[in-house]
Amino acid sequence: MRRYHHYYKANARKESLIQIREFVSAALKNLMLSDIENNQLVLAVDEICSNLIIHASQDNPNQIIELNIKDCNDELIFEITDYNNDSFDPNTNYQTPNLQKLINDKRKGGMGLMLVSRIMDSVEVRRERGYSLWRMTKKFLRNNP
Amino acid sequence: MQINYFDQADSRTIQIFGDLDAASAINLDKAIEQAVAQQKKKLLVDCTNLNYISSAGVGVFMSYIKEFEERNITLVLFGLSPKVRNVFQIVGLDTLLTIAATEQEARKKL
Repeated sequence: MRRYHHYYKANARKESLIQIREFVSAALKNLMLSDIENNQLVLAVDEICSNLIIHASQDNPNQIIELNIKDCNDELIFEITDYNNDSFDPNTNYQTPNLQKLINDKRKGGMGLMLVSRIMDSVEVRRERGYSLWRMTKKFLRNNP
Repeated sequence: MQINYFDQADSRTIQIFGDLDAASAINLDKAIEQAVAQQKKKLLVDCTNLNYISSAGVGVFMSYIKEFEERNITLVLFGLSPKVRNVFQIVGLDTLLTIAATEQEARKKL
């Protein structure tokens, strides 16, 4: 079974998000996923990249984020790396938000990681000095033998 | 992403074209804010040409639910593609917002 590896480097600015989505979509193209499945995976990557660009890199075009997508048989692995010391850490800072509370508080944010955790099978973050690595996996039934 | 709007009788229709993400969601927010400032009580959002929505876009709609209840403003979305509607479903907002299949159906809900 061939394994595919796709790599992309982007400036950490919000305007890069559309190119990041195009990269993910192109990387998934040969997997024959449904339109909804494809969109969900693109969305999950977009949400993590948005968080990193806005909160960790603070929309700084001199910062970069890197994406690796690996197609390993029945599992897709998405790795996103940013090079900041102050990346948000869901292992310590994250609680699943209460939707009704977000509505009552008239919040615009707070749903990104909820979406990611509902789409992906696993979400892990490794923080090291100078960088953080987000690793998400998704099992899928291969439609093209 | 582009946003247009037009008024018809006592309603305003906001049309969204392209991708609604963390970079562009602010434009939708401004369009809704402007409609509210202009005392519009019936808002339609035409999503027929909305290609993509992230939590930032969904969050704009979410942030107005309470205010629109308080101010008696009706908001109806229509023309969502299955993949866009799926994003609202994942977070559970598809049942808390009024979503119609077509403009005709949406106008009946105003």
